[in-house]
Amino acid sequence: MKDYSKSQQMKNTLYYIVLNLIFCTGIMAQQVAKSTYSDVLLKNATVHTITDGTLNSTDVLIADGVIKDIGTNLNPSDVEVIDCAGKHIYPGFFDSGTQLGMSEVGAVSLTNDYNEIGDLIPHMQALTAVNPNSVAIPVTRVNGVTNVIAKPTGGLFPGTASLINLHGYTPDQMYAGFKGVILNFPSGAKRGRWDRRSEEDIKKAQEKATKKLDEVWSKLKLYAQIDSTEKSKNISSHNKYQPEFASLLPVYRGETLLMVEVNKDKDIESALDWIKKNNVNAVLTGVSEGWRVADKIAESGIPVITGPVLSIPGRAYVRYDVNYANASVMQKAGVLVALRTNDTENVRNLPFNAGFAATYGMGIEEALKSITINPAKIFGVDKEYGSIEKGKIANLFVSSGDPFEMKTEISHLFIKGWNIPIESRHTLLYDEFLSRSPGK
Amino acid sequence: MKKIQYIAFILFLSLSSISGQETGDILITNGTVITITNGVLEETDVLIRSGKISQIGKNISAPTDIRRVDATGQYVMPGIIDAHSHIGIDVVNEATDPNTSNVFTGDAINPFSISIYRALAGGVTTSHAMHGSANAVGGQCETIKHRWGAIDPEDMKMKDAPRTIKFALGENPMRVHGEGNSIVPRTRMGVEQIFREGFGKAQVYMEQWDNYKRNPGAAKTPPKYDLKMETMADILKGEIIVHCHSYRADEILMLINVLNDYGVDKICFQHVNEGFKVAPELADYGAMASVFADWWAYKFEVYYSTAYNAAILTENGVTTSINSDSGELIRHLYHEAAKTQRYGGLSDNEALRLITINPAVQLGIDDRVGSIEKGKEGDIAIFNKHPLSIYAIPQMTIVDGIVRFDINDEDDMRMDIDPESDISTYIHYSSDHHEADRCMQDAFEYFTKD
Repeated sequence: MKDYSKSQQMKNTLYYIVLNLIFCTGIMAQQVAKSTYSDVLLKNATVHTITDGTLNSTDVLIADGVIKDIGTNLNPSDVEVIDCAGKHIYPGFFDSGTQLGMSEVGAVSLTNDYNEIGDLIPHMQALTAVNPNSVAIPVTRVNGVTNVIAKPTGGLFPGTASLINLHGYTPDQMYAGFKGVILNFPSGAKRGRWDRRSEEDIKKAQEKATKKLDEVWSKLKLYAQIDSTEKSKNISSHNKYQPEFASLLPVYRGETLLMVEVNKDKDIESALDWIKKNNVNAVLTGVSEGWRVADKIAESGIPVITGPVLSIPGRAYVRYDVNYANASVMQKAGVLVALRTNDTENVRNLPFNAGFAATYGMGIEEALKSITINPAKIFGVDKEYGSIEKGKIANLFVSSGDPFEMKTEISHLFIKGWNIPIESRHTLLYDEFLSRSPGK
Repeated sequence: MKKIQYIAFILFLSLSSISGQETGDILITNGTVITITNGVLEETDVLIRSGKISQIGKNISAPTDIRRVDATGQYVMPGIIDAHSHIGIDVVNEATDPNTSNVFTGDAINPFSISIYRALAGGVTTSHAMHGSANAVGGQCETIKHRWGAIDPEDMKMKDAPRTIKFALGENPMRVHGEGNSIVPRTRMGVEQIFREGFGKAQVYMEQWDNYKRNPGAAKTPPKYDLKMETMADILKGEIIVHCHSYRADEILMLINVLNDYGVDKICFQHVNEGFKVAPELADYGAMASVFADWWAYKFEVYYSTAYNAAILTENGVTTSINSDSGELIRHLYHEAAKTQRYGGLSDNEALRLITINPAVQLGIDDRVGSIEKGKEGDIAIFNKHPLSIYAIPQMTIVDGIVRFDINDEDDMRMDIDPESDISTYIHYSSDHHEADRCMQDAFEYFTKD
């Protein structure tokens, strides 16, 4: 057998270097260009502030990651100027319920990180499983969505959701200052077309889940009492290692928001009663049949995250458009409403969901609020996010017009002041394949 | 409760006065008429007589007993066509063999399906009720018209529409047959051979019958009749349009090669998420493409997708449509088509062609529907705003000159007539992320192990 000569080794090394270069270039071609971070003056735009009306021919100065100034004829030195004449500025949109970043390819189970095993696992952290490099993130943000709730799904208490910015290289860089614990309220609904359970079986399952919820809550009460006593008397802990109750403790004390997923009309009523009885700081999520009990929700003062707007009614005999109109009916009844897509790879459709809500009763202004300032209020981050105001974090975009209209183009996007390229796998494939070379 | 429903159902049956094949007369006045094939006509009337468009113009005079619809300030477009749907049928997949060309979705039509009403409320008048994608060669499909209110399944069929058949490539037949039952195909190599086997055997079958027919006296008995072989032979004779579920560029090229070898040229690829990668090859073969507006990443074979697919295919000369494959999306195909303006900047007419004349071409019914032209069938959708605007709401949908959806009608013409379901049942559809993808409906629940 021939010895491996030095030159052969050299050749191999060179071969691998070349191969690596080709491979890495290939990978890089799938990623989008880097964001930039510098002071930027957006000149002469129509600014849709959300909280303070619409300002014509107005400048917005972005510096140090925040909206430094808003006004006419701003003239700061040493800034990049972007002419926005004829263009519009909106605050970045919030999707208040997604699995974005927690799943890469739906049907490939090992890429799905939103559904852990267990019924009582509120300590499972969505933020842990958010992949900052998910290909779906740039795809989403180029439609003006700057923030999403990433949330776990599954059993009774499937985990803790996080609000994230859609830019950053680590979950911590993305974290936007809110976490909420999810409760899937015992449901009397069929889970889908496949669900072959009889009404009786559904009722039994609901009763069982309700019993479990009550048990958890009474144990939690005890856990809280022990914790309070120990803290007040400054004695060492007698509570065992129980991460589930440690996670639920701030919920019990009203310090952390409980996100109560509930959809069927009767279930919504039960959830409202349960929240009142236990004096929990809560938001209802899902709420597909909120239109049936809108006044009761309004009376409770509890806010709602609903969606997708583009979804099928749960009963055959109702109007075809009840889900389109649902958010509007609740908003008109006096409920603070935020929207969600409940999607993963197509969270980019959030503006169109809001557009449908606007069309079916809500109007443009309220629909815009439902994906900006309303969710910011619900999540307690309205001092930093949700509108174009001086001092707020610079999450905003520049568009050619109404962002709900499909024809509208988005030309610039800023997240925490980072100037984000309007690029994604989808735009890059378009650039490469519109006129393929070689062609036929 | 059941009893009330039953009585309501009987009442409905006895009162139902509109039958499926009935046609109507109607005059739509003073609308902005989007003809698709002949520009946009302002303040124009459209007259439908006996279910056919008889006149398009200004100030059309018509007999006074004809119903008039004032479309002033509204947009009048041809009824929307969905080239890929599974609504209005009771069952989607006969998932028992890699080749089930002997079955027909036309045998499973359910005129009471609530999805038909919901599709009509989105301006959709015609859909392609397809077999699912569990098998490489699936069943034959039915082109249906949304004659909501008709109770005879036969009345839903679009009579004399060309025959179509479902083919499927990639993961779905591989999962059901290879992974599920350890039979070919487990790979895309196996998928190819299912088609070659089907066509190859059909050639032998045709030859046997041709010989027998030429000289019936020479054989004691005729060759054995085989419905699968009959169907495959009809594809070879060009009598059936192939609609093939596909995603990856390589498998698309594979099927083009197979069809080319057997001289089959009527081919429309469905979904075809990577069609944009081989657009020149598709255009060269004359293959068509029916795509999603933006679905991707729900499985691995659609991970390398782009929402610009329809625009790239269109710009490369491929006859392209936007489809739903979903009881949800079919309700807003006008919105799905409009997404091609965000993703690829298509013009209004290019975008609207994707849901009208182009799917009509793909189903071989473009001489009858898909545009507002004299002599075509009276299928019309009326919107309060331009249908590509997010703010558009469908107002009225007309099939064969008969109003089948009217937003201003009491209860907007819906009917709940399922006597078997408990009226309080609430189904939470959005709890299952891709519940709406019905291509694989019935494939696993009956066939494979859990």
